[in-house]
Amino acid sequence: MNTFLGLDYNIWWFLVFGGVISGYAILDGFDLGAGSLHLLLKKEQSRRIALNAIGPVWDGNEVWLVIGGGALFAGFPVAYAAIFSAFYVPFMVFLVGLIFRAVAIEFRSKEPMLWWRKGWDIVYCVACIIIALSLGLMLGNVAYGIPLNEHKEFSGNWLSFFNPFSILVSITTLALFMMHGAIYLTMKTENRLYAKLHILANNFIIFFVLSFVITTMYTLLYVPHLSDFFRGNPGGFVIPVMMVLAIANIPRQIKKGKYRYAFLSSALTIALLLIMVALEVFPYLLFSTSDPHNSITIDNAASSPKTMKILLIIALIGTPLVAIYTTFVFWTFKGKVKLDETSY
Amino acid sequence: MDVEILARIQFAFTIAFHYIYPPLSIGLGLLLVIFEGMYLKTGNQLYEQITRFWIKIFALIFGIGVATGIIMEFEFGTNWATYSKYVGDIFGSALAAEGIFAFALESGFLGILIFGWNRVGPKVHFFSAVMVFLGSMFSAVWIVVANSWQQTPSGFRIVGEGMNARAEITDFWAMVFNPSSVERLTHVWIGAFLAGAFLVLSVNAWYILKNRHLAIAKPSFRIALVVATVFSLLQLFVGHRSAEGVAKNQPAKLAALEGHYDSVARADMYLLGYVNNKKQEVTGIRVPGGLSFLLYGNFNEPVKGLNAFPADERPTQVNAIFQFYHIMVGIGITLIALTLLASWLAYRKKLFDKRWLLWIFVWAVLLPQIANQAGWFAAEMGRQPWVVYGLLKTSDALSKAVTANQVLFSLILFMVVYILLLVLFLYMLNRKIQHGPVDYGTKEAIEEGSKRDNPLMGH
Repeated sequence: MNTFLGLDYNIWWFLVFGGVISGYAILDGFDLGAGSLHLLLKKEQSRRIALNAIGPVWDGNEVWLVIGGGALFAGFPVAYAAIFSAFYVPFMVFLVGLIFRAVAIEFRSKEPMLWWRKGWDIVYCVACIIIALSLGLMLGNVAYGIPLNEHKEFSGNWLSFFNPFSILVSITTLALFMMHGAIYLTMKTENRLYAKLHILANNFIIFFVLSFVITTMYTLLYVPHLSDFFRGNPGGFVIPVMMVLAIANIPRQIKKGKYRYAFLSSALTIALLLIMVALEVFPYLLFSTSDPHNSITIDNAASSPKTMKILLIIALIGTPLVAIYTTFVFWTFKGKVKLDETSY
Repeated sequence: MDVEILARIQFAFTIAFHYIYPPLSIGLGLLLVIFEGMYLKTGNQLYEQITRFWIKIFALIFGIGVATGIIMEFEFGTNWATYSKYVGDIFGSALAAEGIFAFALESGFLGILIFGWNRVGPKVHFFSAVMVFLGSMFSAVWIVVANSWQQTPSGFRIVGEGMNARAEITDFWAMVFNPSSVERLTHVWIGAFLAGAFLVLSVNAWYILKNRHLAIAKPSFRIALVVATVFSLLQLFVGHRSAEGVAKNQPAKLAALEGHYDSVARADMYLLGYVNNKKQEVTGIRVPGGLSFLLYGNFNEPVKGLNAFPADERPTQVNAIFQFYHIMVGIGITLIALTLLASWLAYRKKLFDKRWLLWIFVWAVLLPQIANQAGWFAAEMGRQPWVVYGLLKTSDALSKAVTANQVLFSLILFMVVYILLLVLFLYMLNRKIQHGPVDYGTKEAIEEGSKRDNPLMGH
């Protein structure tokens, strides 16, 4: 009764939510990555080009976060309530980071003074790094699990969020975004700036691979409950294998000068990473480390079947619309960045 | 201070600050569609310049609106976890619909609106302006629907008990079209149109007074004046409908709006006044039986007073609610007088000689803003002590896992950041207004702009 195409509503919404989060990570990921490496670009002209490469799209990309928040609130209100009240402090830092990023992009170009622009460049870059790190920290803790009481609310101390596993995930997230952002920028730039970003992209690939390998080894050794799925389902190994291939494909495409394919490979890497996390945590949305009975699953967190059905209808109507005009906007601004009178 | 009061202050502060911007976006959106529509129809470069100028200002307002709006979406979860669980089934679907139908539309096409002048044709650009405007209107739909459901819940049932109780949808359309949503939505929309129109009026009145950009300022002022006049008049009827709705659906709130305590007596209407909640007295200038007349067409008809409700089921901040409500109504009447006078003078072709009136318009930009804020404060404080009227008390809606210190920390953080934002916003807005609408898009301006934007060139 409460199924659609043979799958439970709750599973469908888990897929929708996962899809939106992946969309956010892929789209805002390159904005945040480009921002995180902003200070490595030294010339004013280079910084302007980098900013204008994300200029027309970053706002639309951030919308995916809003949709994700709404999707979690609507479909899994218990998880929404638990996650955001538990991660109160890191989440507030994350939100303030988002504010400063938006403001820095908006205000930087409005004054010609060097001190003004350099000041906003620092704000912008630091904000992007903080956003990426705090996102990664929260993702790490959600994957690892946190102590929950019988009302499914957080019962621990927020300082415990700074555990080695979550810190590793946090650094890996930053590295992933920086790689992704650098590849996006190579796609949008020319000449010497392009040559510089080409080198940066290759360095960030190494940075990401190193941090990813360390995190994976740490997980296998110290966080066995996050590798149960792959131990129990050897067929699932096809996903990490695909991911390794996707990562390997990135420098190969860069070498060939096919940046669009390199960018798609890096987007695929992000998607596969999140699919791995999803498979490992499923059916939990938030695992309780104090008492597993208090864990939040897709079933005990879900809204009523009626609401789930309404949400699926909303998603079925809304997703194609969003896809159409997102494609239209990206297509309008395709190609290398050309500064004009409307640029930042 | 305890978590409840801190969390309420934080919510009031962050939402009030946020609400400076969305009404401006909606109102300016309407004017952008009009300006660019006229450009498309007449081909007159003048309208293109006007459109380009206001898009620059729109972008600034929209940017801060988004930055402060994202906070709101997550604040339900961070500070009001019990509330989130209670209403998620209903409130969440409205919020999800807002994200996917409204916000995505608005943000997506905004890129084309701002950066797309040289990338798309005029028709596609105009289409983007319409989409951005519609997106902002849809945003208001879903947010007001969600809020109205909290005022007048319908289309739901309560499942579970105590900590695990929650509201579930039984009828989606009854939830969307709950008894107050349509009246409140139109009231909010018109308030937003007025905020946008009065910003355009203010800036152009100032240009006219300073004898700058007259060729652009005068037609812009006239167009915005038409919008402002039509909607100030319309707001009178819509606002009245809204008050009738409050009388029917939330009698305790209505009683608080006029400081009316005694159910047996006829209800007076005050022009100005002060409520002493302890003595249950209102001192001020009143129309005896005025409220009874406005609601029922009869000066002697009794209206349910505050004393008809148990002490823990009615608002306690009666004076504040009374004042906010009267500020809103007073401003509404002022706007009607102001726009009618200006329209009549414009019809007689004497408007632009009346410097005193233009100076009033320069400052009148604050009036719709104050009225919008005051109206929401009256509406939200009037609903207390309920967060969902008649179902869930505000004091029961908090996050149990969050401590007073954490809320205090984030409150201070937001205050510092938002004050900084406001200063920067006003500074940048002033810069853009000082720069004026003239040069945007012309060849000289592009050369001038590239010189200005490249301070390192020539070094």
